[in-house]
Amino acid sequence: MIKFYRRYPSITHRQHRSFSDLSSNSRFHLPIDIDYTMASEEQAKNSTAPATFDAEAADCLMKELRSTFLDGKTKSYEWRSSQLKSLLKMLEDSDKQICDALFSDLSKPEMEAYIHEIAMIKSSCKLALKKLKDWMKPEKTKTNLGTFPSSAEIVPEPLGVVLIISAWNYPLLLSVDPVIGAIAAGNAVVLKPSELAPAMSSLLAKLLGKYLDSSAIKVVEGAVPETSALLEQKWDKIFYTGNGRVARVVMAAAANNLTPVVLELGGKSPVLVDSNIDLTVTARRILSGKWGCNNGQACVAPDYIITTKQYAPVLIDSLKHNLVKFFGEDPMNSPDLSRVGHSRHFARLKKLLDDDKISGKIIHGGQTDKSNLKIAPTIVLDAPEDSLIMSEEIFGPLLPIVTVEKIEDGIEFINSRPKPLAAYLFTNTKQLKEEFVSNISAGGVVINDVTLHLMVDTLPFGGVGESGTGAYHGKFSFDAFSHKKAVLYRGFFGDAPARYPPYTPGKLRLLKALLDGSLFGIIRALFGFS
Amino acid sequence: MNADQEMRRSVEELRLTFKTGKTRTVGWRKAQLRAILRLIHENENTLFHLLQSELGKHPVESYRDEIGVVKKSVDHALNCIDQWMSPKKGRLPLVYFPASRQVLPEPLGVVLIIASWNFPIALTLDPLIGAISAGNTVVLKPSELSPNCASFLANILPSYLDPKAVKVIEGGREVSNQLLQYKWDKIFFTGSTKVGKIVMAAAANNLTPVTLELGGKCPAIFDFLPNSDLKVAAKRVASGKWGPCAGQAGIGIDYMLVEQKFASTVIEQLKKTIKRFYGDDAKNFKNLSKIINKGHFDRLRSFLEDSAVANCIVYGGSFDDTSLIIEPTILLDPPLDAEIMNEEIFGPLLPIITMDNIEESIEFINSKPKPLAIYAFTKNENFKKRILAETSSGSVTFNDTVIQFLCDELPFGGVGQSGIGRYHGKYSFDTFSHEKAVLERSFYFELEPWHPPWNNFKLQFLRLVYNYDYVGMLLLLLGLKRPSNS
Repeated sequence: MIKFYRRYPSITHRQHRSFSDLSSNSRFHLPIDIDYTMASEEQAKNSTAPATFDAEAADCLMKELRSTFLDGKTKSYEWRSSQLKSLLKMLEDSDKQICDALFSDLSKPEMEAYIHEIAMIKSSCKLALKKLKDWMKPEKTKTNLGTFPSSAEIVPEPLGVVLIISAWNYPLLLSVDPVIGAIAAGNAVVLKPSELAPAMSSLLAKLLGKYLDSSAIKVVEGAVPETSALLEQKWDKIFYTGNGRVARVVMAAAANNLTPVVLELGGKSPVLVDSNIDLTVTARRILSGKWGCNNGQACVAPDYIITTKQYAPVLIDSLKHNLVKFFGEDPMNSPDLSRVGHSRHFARLKKLLDDDKISGKIIHGGQTDKSNLKIAPTIVLDAPEDSLIMSEEIFGPLLPIVTVEKIEDGIEFINSRPKPLAAYLFTNTKQLKEEFVSNISAGGVVINDVTLHLMVDTLPFGGVGESGTGAYHGKFSFDAFSHKKAVLYRGFFGDAPARYPPYTPGKLRLLKALLDGSLFGIIRALFGFS
Repeated sequence: MNADQEMRRSVEELRLTFKTGKTRTVGWRKAQLRAILRLIHENENTLFHLLQSELGKHPVESYRDEIGVVKKSVDHALNCIDQWMSPKKGRLPLVYFPASRQVLPEPLGVVLIIASWNFPIALTLDPLIGAISAGNTVVLKPSELSPNCASFLANILPSYLDPKAVKVIEGGREVSNQLLQYKWDKIFFTGSTKVGKIVMAAAANNLTPVTLELGGKCPAIFDFLPNSDLKVAAKRVASGKWGPCAGQAGIGIDYMLVEQKFASTVIEQLKKTIKRFYGDDAKNFKNLSKIINKGHFDRLRSFLEDSAVANCIVYGGSFDDTSLIIEPTILLDPPLDAEIMNEEIFGPLLPIITMDNIEESIEFINSKPKPLAIYAFTKNENFKKRILAETSSGSVTFNDTVIQFLCDELPFGGVGQSGIGRYHGKYSFDTFSHEKAVLERSFYFELEPWHPPWNNFKLQFLRLVYNYDYVGMLLLLLGLKRPSNS
């Protein structure tokens, strides 16, 4: 039986409020409609969160990190690679503790904990270690006649002191993956894990404190007051994973200091399913991507399906059939399904289910268990467009299916909505593939599968429009936390008098030729022609 | 229809145009780019005249800094656009077989470009080239402080470019504020740090990504140089300070750092250079732009109101209220807490700070916000390495000034207080694009272990997959390797 207690007052109405009530001198209006409850009293006792982290603590923290950064140690290859090696060792030593924390926070099955979090992070870390030297090398570039003779290069350098704010659904992956990028790029880092996954938050604080250089890498646990204290500081980059509402607050805070941001958000990732497919493979891949990924609580999880009216019954049959194969007849008790993250989230999902507009449209599942925070895999057919389930990102185990007359109508349907983080298409028809890829704007697009693009470290992972800005994974993580400095080397020879006053028509001619890059033009100009 | 409604209607039209998909075709983009080239070509004399009357720029300066730059930029875009637009494909590890991956650039949608007044042609058209190459529809908001150039663009652009896809909206602060309330897919802003913050805060309301090309105090480090190089260096410094719009340039030199014992030599050479470039007739300086307006003119004069600062003038110092021309002025060691050493000057006043050892300049520069550019005149290779490793700026140029602007292959942008994002060449295309990741799989070779229900076998298999241990995977599948109970 999971017990709850309240650590902070829980606000149930969605009103923005200045939280000067909670922390003095704070200027940012983070929405305080999140329920700050601890998953269990046992965890609360073991929590390593400090008593208060206020503006003054944030100032001290920043001073220390800035001083560390200015000393230059984080810039060296040796430091970066030693930190990454320690991080890898930490992951290897702490497999069990991580799985336990993920189970405690989310009832995440061990397989998911392994495939979607631990293995991916280890992979990311190993890649960074392998490629670090390459990534750090300056990139030589061409110059042109206008600057001849010269040589040029682009030198990557760390931004400085960066803030990473993570989310609760993949609390290991979404915290440590950006940290890998930040360290590889040579920055000092503050990680603020999500308080809604408290076991992982305190585990990260403990492990990172033990394995990494704490004069340069710090974990700050906490909720709104701590986050707002952090946002008041002047960062060189803020990397935020979460939702659009809070992202706006983060970006507004960043604007005060002209801090560049990466915002990894979400959206309603659609799956367009044609009839010209391998049905079993399609159904299984969709199910895996939806309910096999933290029970639908993933930013790239399929949010809803679009298919033709004609094909829908066939698809639904296959989905139902394979759901039983995956999770058994009694999915509420399947060990292979994560639970809903926390009670506030449960309430939100329940509200989507209780919406009058979809009554009678639930064709599979629909059972809920509030005390265990479980909701059965649920399918809803043809929910109206203005229903709650079709208006907001679901982020849970509910799957609406929208039917259209012809499959091409699906593309227009998707384009009439905000750009999602991912868009999926199942088809064997080449033309449909081409139309989908060129006409749907999304962070990423996958044909004939779902969510897999996350694992490909040569693909940039990020959103567009409402689903976010910036990208990471692989070298993109290194780039996200670097400044690419342009460097031009000139000697004292080759000084074109045309640049300097006194200006004359002859100089104008020569300048035109120089900028055109035309040798012939230069010769003509030198001889007084053109 | 009031002004706001009119503007909204215009932006709505741009959105509808974008939806039709016409701006995505390479044909449309190239046609627009060629039209810009024609515009420049056919209106060159008008542009020279405009820039001369509005900013006092000599045609050579106008060509070097604005018209020539735009022309070069369009040529480069026309040459490269096919390549820029094509998807970047690559291989995938065997575990994904059969699959393919690509990164496909696509336009963001409807973008807003807000330009500054000091390079009114280049700072509108150069980003426009990027936005069009990337396939977007555009609103251009030229600066109201160079109103003649703004009107010219507003009048002439519709006859060259697709008026349903590119619009010019003129106006001042109110218009800018109004425009910033709308939802854009990108905002590209060139201007001051102060306004940059306002733009980004407005963009935050709609999660609009921004590129902010701001300014800062760009230092010029001047190490000891032998005489012949000193002459060239002095020309380049003068050109980098007073050449671009009389110092009213983001990448213009703001102040100089020199060793104490070398200072007088440098100053003497600078004086000679200034006289040669601009003459020394206080009523009639040649080849020198004017200050944009009375407000800025007074702002610059106020730097010298403090007598402690005024007493440091070693050359120049005359202000002509009628022509709004300020003489190229050199100050030696003004107090470090004076405004002139803490605000971006953006004008023809050059403070020179002396120090015992030129390497102290690194610490000096680091005590101030990161600038858009650092210039360093030195032949000391170690010192160059130190500058690169120990300072941070948008760019660094050794032994010259401002010219990095011409390199299409170099990203042009700031860091920290000097800006976010970059452009020029392909970076312009990228800054107005979204790089969409695309993964294509087939229905064949469906691997059971990817799906629930979970068991030890699947866990072991996936551990091998993640390690790309193909032999191990095969053995496991053939039953020749036992799944371990971990």
